[in-house]
Amino acid sequence: MMIKLTWLRKNLFNNWYNSLLTVVCFIFLFWLVQGFFTWLITKAQWQVIQVNLQLFLVGRFPQSLSWRIWVVLGISTTLTAITGGIFTKKAIFTKYNSLISGVIISVLLFIVPIPVINRLWLLLITGLIFTGLIIGQKFTKIITPWLSLIWLLSFPIIIWLIGGGLGLQPVSTSLWNGLLLTLLMAIISIVLSFPMGVLLALGRTSNLPVVRWFSILYIEIVRGLPLIGILFLAQVMLPLFLPADLRLDRLLRGITGLILFSAAYMAENVRGGLQAIPRGQIEAAKALGLNTPLVLILVILPQALRAVIPAIVGQFIGLFKDTSLLSLVGLVELTGMARSILAQPQFLGRYAEVYLFIGLIYWLFCYSMSLAAKNLEKQLTT
Amino acid sequence: MTNSKLPLWRDNRFWQNAIQIVFVFLAVLIVMILWGNVRRNLQQLGIQFGFNFLKQQASFDIGETLINYKPTDAYNYALLVGLINSLRIAVMGIVFTTIVGITAGIARLSDNWLVRNITVVYVEVFRNTPLLLQLLFWYFAVFLSFPKAENKSSFLGFANFSQNGIELPWFTLSPEFSSLLLGLTFYTGAFIAEIVRGGIQSVPKGQIEAAKSLGLKPGLAMRLVIFPQALRVIIPPLTSQYLNLTKNSSLAIAIGYPDIYFVASTTFNQTGKAVEVMLLIMITYLTLSLMISFTMNLFNRSVQIKER
Repeated sequence: MMIKLTWLRKNLFNNWYNSLLTVVCFIFLFWLVQGFFTWLITKAQWQVIQVNLQLFLVGRFPQSLSWRIWVVLGISTTLTAITGGIFTKKAIFTKYNSLISGVIISVLLFIVPIPVINRLWLLLITGLIFTGLIIGQKFTKIITPWLSLIWLLSFPIIIWLIGGGLGLQPVSTSLWNGLLLTLLMAIISIVLSFPMGVLLALGRTSNLPVVRWFSILYIEIVRGLPLIGILFLAQVMLPLFLPADLRLDRLLRGITGLILFSAAYMAENVRGGLQAIPRGQIEAAKALGLNTPLVLILVILPQALRAVIPAIVGQFIGLFKDTSLLSLVGLVELTGMARSILAQPQFLGRYAEVYLFIGLIYWLFCYSMSLAAKNLEKQLTT
Repeated sequence: MTNSKLPLWRDNRFWQNAIQIVFVFLAVLIVMILWGNVRRNLQQLGIQFGFNFLKQQASFDIGETLINYKPTDAYNYALLVGLINSLRIAVMGIVFTTIVGITAGIARLSDNWLVRNITVVYVEVFRNTPLLLQLLFWYFAVFLSFPKAENKSSFLGFANFSQNGIELPWFTLSPEFSSLLLGLTFYTGAFIAEIVRGGIQSVPKGQIEAAKSLGLKPGLAMRLVIFPQALRVIIPPLTSQYLNLTKNSSLAIAIGYPDIYFVASTTFNQTGKAVEVMLLIMITYLTLSLMISFTMNLFNRSVQIKER
């Protein structure tokens, strides 16, 4: 008791203005929490989430083909878990930890109100995550060189599973909605903007004036424009710039807009990495007789890209949030889905519930990624 | 004259020039193909390139104007109204977000446990959710759920909140403007808080100890010793946050505040002049960005260490 009192004195009431601040903050918190709970008990109706849960997550993806989404989820979580296992050096599975997480997961699986078949899928995926983590930790040396290749290979497989074709029943892109589309757009854009960003960064640091000025012009114009303007450009102007018989669908135009936008920011991040490389490295490589392209590929880029990984994760978080703007150009990703559900007459005025729910989804993704980025940064610097 | 003995294909300068010429050639080729496509496509749509449409009558209404505007005015006047609205939100947003951000940044380092943790929660919540979602939340879930104008709720006696927005004794802010302002302020403020925290933490500990041993109170030490030095680190990233805020103000279109992007987009819908409208938007935002960068660079120069 005494310890608690001294803690209070030291941390909340150590002088008169801190005491005042504490009291003001308490009143503010009390007012906020009270308001929230009154709303939660008297006004909030969560039916809108319950009924539309599937719409929020995978949109209008055909119910009969949902196994494909589960497989995609399985592949991506397993790969994430393996990667996570590689990057965490400490043992995760002490007896205590595995017991606690086992209990939590089984209780969750039991409580969540979903059909039995989905429960089984979730169970399977949880198992995959655990095995992935263990594999990543145990076989770090064997897997590490193959990791990026495995990720790259998983990419077309995932697209194939979602989009169909080649023996699978095709699913039109207009049915790719909800969180699924948000994740897809963010990942596809960051991956495809990467090569363009690297080229632009190299162009900006190049000693060829024409290339340098072109890169600077592109980067600065794009960074000076709001994303919504670029998306408008991609939706409305792109069809004008292309030959009349070439029609891109809405999704591809959205991705193009995001890539054009993201590449400029990627270029600036990569440039930071390029500038961090000591001149001695380049001179040493040249002295060994490597020509300029080889110096770039073998010496400069590997070091520069390694240094900018945390910055790229940060950019990915930003891009993930920015995909919400696609809802303004007619794509039904998570925010767009929220807007279209709110337009239905039976859910009129349920704004707070829906926005809080999708806000929570966005937050979970962004916050966990920013934690991961922080961890990664620590590991890369030490 | 050793170079003249080199064969052409071993000469570095030759390759540098050759690459650049090929690059220019390709760039010109691509631009020409694209421009040809645009002209052909526009011809098919029956739209002619040109800025003459700006003089035509706009014939749409703008919900919120600082200068007199009526639907019979021309497009260029409507765009001016939008530009003024954009400037209004940008200037007010920058002022408020600076206040919120600096307060939160300092509060993040407070020795008061409660203050510190409230700020952490604020920063992590607002930084990790999309701005668009926050704007929609402020507008639809907060302002439109306020009581009707007749039975408005008042705060501290002078500010009234209702569906008509925020009413202060001397002026009224529309719900659209208020939501946009609150959204931009708190979203950007969360980023600025982190920048300010980083800046303050970058000041060497010795400076703080020296200020204390001179007998300065914590408040004075912050104001006279720590903060001026932190500013040097803070200003460059702060500038880019100001730029972000200005660009993000274009999200006004989602909640119906008539800024320049909103008006330009309406103009496009009515006239179909995609290329011209896009050019106008680009020029406007690039000019705004340049103006902010220029002002902040001047300010930056005044706080940097003066070498004597």
